[in-house]
Amino acid sequence: MVAADLVIFEEDSKKLDACLARLLAEAKAKSIFLIDRNGQLIASSGEIQGMDVTSLATLAAGNIAATGGLAQLIGEKEFSVLFHEGERDHLHLSIVAQKIILLVIFDERSSLGLVRLRVKRAAEEMNQIFATIFQKAEAKPREAREIMETRFAEITDADIDNLFKT
Amino acid sequence: MSFINYSSREINCKIVYYGPGLGGKTTNLQYIYQKVDPSAKGKLISLATETERTLFFDFLPLELGSIRGFKTRFHLYTVPGQVFYDASRKLILKGSDGVVFVADSQVERMESNVESLQNLETHLAEHGLNVKGLPFVLQYNKRDLANIASVEELQKALNPDNNPYFEAVASKGVGVFETLRMIAKLVLTELKKGAE
Repeated sequence: MVAADLVIFEEDSKKLDACLARLLAEAKAKSIFLIDRNGQLIASSGEIQGMDVTSLATLAAGNIAATGGLAQLIGEKEFSVLFHEGERDHLHLSIVAQKIILLVIFDERSSLGLVRLRVKRAAEEMNQIFATIFQKAEAKPREAREIMETRFAEITDADIDNLFKT
Repeated sequence: MSFINYSSREINCKIVYYGPGLGGKTTNLQYIYQKVDPSAKGKLISLATETERTLFFDFLPLELGSIRGFKTRFHLYTVPGQVFYDASRKLILKGSDGVVFVADSQVERMESNVESLQNLETHLAEHGLNVKGLPFVLQYNKRDLANIASVEELQKALNPDNNPYFEAVASKGVGVFETLRMIAKLVLTELKKGAE
């Protein structure tokens, strides 16, 4: 097994942040999250203070997984877009780069049509950024290998034990 | 599927508690939730039925501290144990870095234990994994009850590969942290191996 299935380096992280910030402004959204299919939060933008983002990410991933299961039952590959309508805030969930969930929260300042349109455009850009990320993870280039080796190879049993010494 | 973020300096790992219905998976998470320092844990989410049986999953995020400047976060999940919820179980198992199998020690639950373990192996295989290649710990729960199988019997039926195991009484917290500690250690050791 490789060291980790998803590894994100600083430069790619910055690109994702910039892309999210742009989408936030263009779609007039409240907040935006990128989450992997297992529920790990990758990046976010907008009003997230006071929000339980870890739970949000996990439940969004559970939601996508459950809907994906439903899709297969009726012979669809997946439902590429989910929309949940609330009284004030709404959720728009979509898949970018095949395995990443893009979650947009918006209210009456925006509209479903606008969000859909902007998400579609931003998705193209994100596909490219993630293509690079996946490529790096697969090729394990020198930089990645060096960081991996220095950071993780030197983790000792004592380091791991220390985590539990509270 | 561990997730390493160099930008925020985090290692995230997913651990799944598997096992037959009413075996004590949720109880494990509840005990951990009660005992862990509030700063180190997030909210315990339970997607359960009205009768408090797990419907989709329970989820508890834990932050264990940092190693070499990286925050280590563990996401603990339980699957619904009831046979009925098989499709959900498969979804939750996807991308797990380690599995804890919580067995019910009562003699009459032996068959359910074996069935659940076979079910685990089937689903792991569907995700291209197997118990042998994955950090795997067993917990023999409910050791305080009267009509229980001996550890030898449980070992023979459920643990032929001799993976680490712990006797537990999850409702009282016995063995809960020992189990967590072992699986976390195995997962991190696996991650470290991958770097070498």
